[in-house]
Amino acid sequence: MHMTTWLIPLLPLFGAAIIGLLGRKLGRIAVSVIGVGVVLLAFAFTLRAFVLAGSAPDHRLASCSFTWMSTGNLSVPMGLVFDPLSSLMALVVTGIGALIHLYSVGYMWEEEGFARYFAYLNLFIFFMLCLVLGNSLPLLFVGWEGVGLCSYLLIGYYFETDYAPAAGLKAFLTNRVGDLGVLIGMMALFAHFGTLTIAELLTKVGHLSPEVGFGILSFATLMLFVGACGKSAQVPLYIWLPDAMAGPTPVSALIHAATMVTAGIFMVCRLAPLFQLAPITLSVIAWVGGITALFAATIGLVQRDIKKVLAYSTVSQLGYMVMALGAGGFAAGFFHVFTHAWFKALLFLGAGSVIMAMHHEQDLFRMGGLRAKLPITFWTMLLATLAIMGFPGFSGFFSKDEILYLAYLRHPALWVIGVAAACCTSFYMWRLMALTFWGEPRDPHAYEHAHESPWTMTLPLVILAVGSVVVGYLGVPEAFGGHFAIGRFLEPSLSFGQLHAHEGHHEGPAILLACISTVLGLGFGLFGFLSYRSGTALAESRAARFPTLHRILLNKYYVDEGIERGILAPVRGLGRLLWQVGDVIIVDGIGVNLPAALARLGGEFLALFQTGRVRNYTLGMVLGALAILWIFFK
Amino acid sequence: MISTWINTHLLTFLVFAPLVLGLILLCLPQKQAPMAKLLGFLGSLGVFVISLVHFLRMGGHSYVENLPWMTLVNIPVDYHLALDGLNFWLVLLTTFLTPLTLLGTWASLKERSGLATALFLMLETGMLGALLAQDLFLFYLFWEAMLLPMYFLIALWGGEERRYASLKFMLYTLAGSLLWLVALLYLAGKSGSFAPALMAQTALTLSTGIQGILFLAFALAFAIKVPLFPFHTWLPDAHTEAPTMGSVILAGVLLKLGTYGFLRFALPIFPGATLHYAKPMAILAVIAIIYGALVAMAQKDIKKLVAYSSVSHMGFVMLGMASLTIIGTQGAMLQMLNHGVSTGALFLLVGMLYDRAHTRMISDFGGIATRMPVFTFFFMVVTLSSIGLPLTNGFVGEFWILNGTYTSAFGWGRALACIAALGVLLGAVYMLWMVKRAFWGAANTDEHSGTAHLTQDLNGREIAVMVPIVVLIFWMGLHPQTFTAISERPVAELMAPFQPDAPAKMAEVAR
Repeated sequence: MHMTTWLIPLLPLFGAAIIGLLGRKLGRIAVSVIGVGVVLLAFAFTLRAFVLAGSAPDHRLASCSFTWMSTGNLSVPMGLVFDPLSSLMALVVTGIGALIHLYSVGYMWEEEGFARYFAYLNLFIFFMLCLVLGNSLPLLFVGWEGVGLCSYLLIGYYFETDYAPAAGLKAFLTNRVGDLGVLIGMMALFAHFGTLTIAELLTKVGHLSPEVGFGILSFATLMLFVGACGKSAQVPLYIWLPDAMAGPTPVSALIHAATMVTAGIFMVCRLAPLFQLAPITLSVIAWVGGITALFAATIGLVQRDIKKVLAYSTVSQLGYMVMALGAGGFAAGFFHVFTHAWFKALLFLGAGSVIMAMHHEQDLFRMGGLRAKLPITFWTMLLATLAIMGFPGFSGFFSKDEILYLAYLRHPALWVIGVAAACCTSFYMWRLMALTFWGEPRDPHAYEHAHESPWTMTLPLVILAVGSVVVGYLGVPEAFGGHFAIGRFLEPSLSFGQLHAHEGHHEGPAILLACISTVLGLGFGLFGFLSYRSGTALAESRAARFPTLHRILLNKYYVDEGIERGILAPVRGLGRLLWQVGDVIIVDGIGVNLPAALARLGGEFLALFQTGRVRNYTLGMVLGALAILWIFFK
Repeated sequence: MISTWINTHLLTFLVFAPLVLGLILLCLPQKQAPMAKLLGFLGSLGVFVISLVHFLRMGGHSYVENLPWMTLVNIPVDYHLALDGLNFWLVLLTTFLTPLTLLGTWASLKERSGLATALFLMLETGMLGALLAQDLFLFYLFWEAMLLPMYFLIALWGGEERRYASLKFMLYTLAGSLLWLVALLYLAGKSGSFAPALMAQTALTLSTGIQGILFLAFALAFAIKVPLFPFHTWLPDAHTEAPTMGSVILAGVLLKLGTYGFLRFALPIFPGATLHYAKPMAILAVIAIIYGALVAMAQKDIKKLVAYSSVSHMGFVMLGMASLTIIGTQGAMLQMLNHGVSTGALFLLVGMLYDRAHTRMISDFGGIATRMPVFTFFFMVVTLSSIGLPLTNGFVGEFWILNGTYTSAFGWGRALACIAALGVLLGAVYMLWMVKRAFWGAANTDEHSGTAHLTQDLNGREIAVMVPIVVLIFWMGLHPQTFTAISERPVAELMAPFQPDAPAKMAEVAR
């Protein structure tokens, strides 16, 4: 079949291997050409596969497949599948990936570990493509854990510091908690269906009779969703994502905004027919998503680090996507993945441009007035801000509105949560923009030296900005006279030939709801802008009025502290206890050394009688003889 | 002429060539120690190459040597060696690890290195003999013969607590195997043979109670060797005190003889008792996985941490076997090789670190990556394999074991699989937490710290040792069938009596 499709993931792997092995010997230019080149090539091949798959009668294109691991009745193939869902996601990964690689050339040029960085980044693209294109759950899991590894390595890129390796470790371990869920989910599915190939699995699900197997489906999907919570940073496993900002900024854009963190949503969409049959799981998903969206947005209101604001914003937006899935809107959730990839990547890259201009200053309260100094960065970020806040006509408007509407149909309370989160989003985004680009420079020295970034960085900004504006038109909801084209496009993947409630079937006050949320969002955006346009004084006085609330938000609800005290410290203590008491004293002490000591004592006691003196032995013999005599003649 | 003799007596040659070589090395004068090391390395490398070349040509041709040897109180003992699906890769692992370890510990072995090399080769004879023996008495002899060289390696080249550790290792293992010997002789007396097949027939005629007791006597000896919780406490001491070469081969091969003993002898001879005790064994295995991992987390010495990780990993092997499913047991077969490669490599790496820094305490390091990037690369790859990252060998083994356990016929299989899966998480916790403290961060600038002594990255010899290991890690992760295809049929036959319709079948066999 289509052997060349294998080049799509293998090219980035090849790039990673070359750059990783030859490293600095290559020189920066060669590293840049290889690093960016392989991803661009992969993008070109993906585009071809995308077109081919689109023209196929069943909208699927499968690569040739190898047997990966096979024993007993378990046989796992290794092959790639291009269908609407996976090929669109692969386009995002390689397309936005290529832009961010290009941006990284400029951003990382001065770094000592330039080659190491590109090796990791190419490796990430490889694993992400395995995740997206894999035709079996274990292959998806290869990518799933692999992107976790790359995330670990890239967060800990500045490995000689204290904070970066700690953040990397936290990310990896939190993700592993989720991975455990995926592992258990796979075991449950295999035990029940006897296969882990995605297409076979979904076919068999279609033939499931309603009364059997729904319990197992609920269990398996819940476990898989635990995995999604880890990767897509949902409550309570979101804790690693804000810390992940310790990595270089382009990494935050690519991995921790546009692609890897959406893997959880992608996985649920990939297995949509399965989740469709598990109503309990779906309601858990909806509420977890909603809570995450609002919870993270409130923390984002007060953060001072520009990247932290964007990180909590990402968690919050991921919450939206997950809420959409829970409301049964798989296409709507994925649509938001798609639009979010553009504007959030752009926001991070813009923030990177600002940070570089300010000589690695990330504190919003030390910026200000950069509008004139960084015109391209400013205008592109402005467009992204309009997109994320849901300004009518921009991409975020369409995708977010579709989600809010579905949430309303699921439960009006979810809609309220979603609108509240949207208000927070508008507020903190305009706060961020005002503090960065308006007002007086609060660090005049850094301001003096600030200058616009080189073309390798601004070109990706401009391309992403165009995307942030227009990609929303791929999925104009029916309420606004559109056809929700992206939903129709994804339909073959999401329903997998099975009956599927058509999404975007609108009833109820769709227009009214959209008006309410939009007006509220605009209002809060304006409020945020006006509060911070002329500096931080207003904000500080307001914080002083609600000291407790402000402190709780600033300290992120003390979740990290709670986890440290409630889980990590007890587990470490348990380890020490099991070692010092369980192993050293009980198992080894009482079980092994005590019998040994008793045996030695016994031996030493008996040795007392082995005095070597004839008179002692004589005495013993006489006593013994007397005893025998007494026994016989008493 | 020699080559034809090798062709016809390949197994005898493989088993005894290291012993002969070792005896020759003993005769070399003390001054010739470097020569002895070189001879030992080249000789064992030769053994590896011969085994590899012959085995790969095996295609249908099986290697068996079966001669009547002696009678023990009227019971015939056969010199019966055979290569089959169950021991094929374990034999190759042994012949592979021996030269690799000798090369890897080249610089760390300074005193009486000729003697150490000779003992090490004798150890290889013991392991290969035990792996290949098909007669239970012969197996017993080789089993005990392995103890002596290892005892001396720990007692003479060990760390500060070497006397305690070596004696504990010796007595603990002996105590277990004595009970087993009694059971063995009892069964041999009943059946008039040491051949497992005949013993299995006889065992079926015994009462269930006696079968159970005999099985437990077998199981105890093997469980101590694995080591299965709660019989594991000799292991951390032995590992920590043993010289690097001892640790590598202890983890790499010796422990596997315990699990191999279960598969080769305990399961087929006592299928009824196995079925009866599968659940308790699986529970102990899961305890070992979690307990070993939690205790590993608390360790301050990197080597001891790796030792406790062995308890956890070998728990996975036991669990896969105790699931009594084909998938689980094949996973256990693969996990034995995985553990041999990955944990062996970890001990080699810790040895390389110790050679330079003369400490293994995590707190003495910090920032190793700034001083030794190449070493860090290899350590990371092996760490990832050890924590079971997909595409490395560790994942496939654990994945099969967990799936086998989940689908196993006895109750609690699902719960046990889910709990055991926690071990995958904890594995990442103790390994990567250690890596974070020892490898990342700024270089520890205290002049007494371990990091300060790390002035040289890996040299060519050390890289040459690590490269084949890394190749194997990915090969086993990408194409596990290379290593498991040959055991597919024997394992399926072994597991046949334990499938859900087994009780009916068992009754049939008994009739």
